[in-house]
Amino acid sequence: MPVRTIERIGSWTIQGLASFGEFCTFAGRTFLWLTVGIFQWKNLRLLLPQMYEVGVRSVPVVAVTGAFIGMVLAVETHTQFKTLGQEFRLGSIINLSVVKQIGPVLAGVMLAGRIGGALTAELGTMNVTEQIDALRVMGADPIRYLVVPRFLACVLLLPILTIYSDLLGVLGGWFVAVKTLGVPSEPYWQYSAQGVDTWQVMEGIIKAVFFGGAIGLIGCYKGFTCGAGASGVGRACTESFVTSFIAIIVLNFFFAHLAQEWYTGLYGIRGIF
Amino acid sequence: MLFQSLNHSIPSMSFIELKHLYKSFGPLKVLRDLSLSIEKGSSLVVIGASGSGKSVLLKHIVGLLRPDKGEVWFDGARIDQLPERQLMPTRQRFGFLFQMGALFDSLTVDENVAFPLVEHTKKPPEEIARIVAEKLKMVGLPEVGKTMPAELSGGQRKRVALARAIALEPQVIMYDEPTTGLDPVRADVINELIIKLKHELNVTSFVVTHDMQSAFKIADRIVMIHEGRIRADGTPDEIRNSKDEIVRKFVLGEADEEELRALNA
Repeated sequence: MPVRTIERIGSWTIQGLASFGEFCTFAGRTFLWLTVGIFQWKNLRLLLPQMYEVGVRSVPVVAVTGAFIGMVLAVETHTQFKTLGQEFRLGSIINLSVVKQIGPVLAGVMLAGRIGGALTAELGTMNVTEQIDALRVMGADPIRYLVVPRFLACVLLLPILTIYSDLLGVLGGWFVAVKTLGVPSEPYWQYSAQGVDTWQVMEGIIKAVFFGGAIGLIGCYKGFTCGAGASGVGRACTESFVTSFIAIIVLNFFFAHLAQEWYTGLYGIRGIF
Repeated sequence: MLFQSLNHSIPSMSFIELKHLYKSFGPLKVLRDLSLSIEKGSSLVVIGASGSGKSVLLKHIVGLLRPDKGEVWFDGARIDQLPERQLMPTRQRFGFLFQMGALFDSLTVDENVAFPLVEHTKKPPEEIARIVAEKLKMVGLPEVGKTMPAELSGGQRKRVALARAIALEPQVIMYDEPTTGLDPVRADVINELIIKLKHELNVTSFVVTHDMQSAFKIADRIVMIHEGRIRADGTPDEIRNSKDEIVRKFVLGEADEEELRALNA
């Protein structure tokens, strides 16, 4: 019995490592194509429709979720801060949370749900109907034709969506805190400026680049490697979202740790009180 | 030349040569020491039961699958070990008709047929439009250019896919079950089209099918694959008059006694 368990663990480990190796090769081939003729018209014409799909069409959902998260933060923190008589400092905690963590993570998760699954479904269907093989047979590398534009669209546009999410989060928080809960506007913004600096806004935007890359690569990879039939595509879509979500959370942790080290090394600890 | 030895010597000047191919998917052994050569300008039809490895064989020739062991040669060069990028120029010399057409859903018929021309040539748009119209006319569908693939019937989709396959004027056209899923009349249109393209474009045709009527009509030579090996290799007449029980039953479409017994059990 223990031998069988060890065998099973070994088999899972080998399978996991093999899949990870395949994913790294896939990512490597994508990066390689990024260096070749990226500004040629025949490549740009593939990128623009993807940018529309990933960017423009995601704006409403990212904006709405961003705004409501800012509003919820204001509602939840107001009671606690008021108990301490510190409600005029609400701006720093709400805006810091929005630009550093909630804005980029939420935009990433929304993109993973809206685009990651759709990428997998589209490429998975192309895979099971032999359209990807057809591309290869016609001498067009499917990585260049299908993956690079989708990957680039995610990398370039998630930071912009994050800015939208941040902006609406900040406005949502301000609206609830100042306009409905009666926090005075001037100290609200004063403490916001004290608690949040450019580096912290940039930190959120920079990590959105990596979240976008992870969503694009995972979505495309799952589509390229999905199993046969409708059930294969369906399973790949679910895996795509779950894996992207986990990737975002894990990357976020490492970024938070790294940024904290750098920031305290450069500027020391910056208190919000 | 029926029932050739598997290790028979392959003529060195063949256009396509497969040497001692082995391919497995997990425990399933699909190709087992399969050797085959195809002469330039000939029409070879590969027949065999579903799951016998016909499509797998076809995909080895264009590098969509790599053999576990063995060699694939095309026009004097070994291609089975070439990396994907180096394989691209070779692939442009092939046209491939997939079983379900594999037209790109998001592109119109015109854009589908133009795809290889846009990708691999620097022809101006007017020239590409002229070639697309010419190829669509060749397959008997001059009017469908602006429609989407989803709006076409199964037979029309295959003909459009064929127009796309011949857009770059390939030297070899590979057909993966070209008549599957079509009614007999539409299937015959595809057969006639394959013959017409062979004569008009002087291409080498490699057809995989289990439609015997189609095989006898198209082929100069028929090869039967059974359990990953070549079971029979000869002219259509030789295959039709084969004394081999397995070949005979396949040609006549007779079920195996063992399978019938299992059905009645």
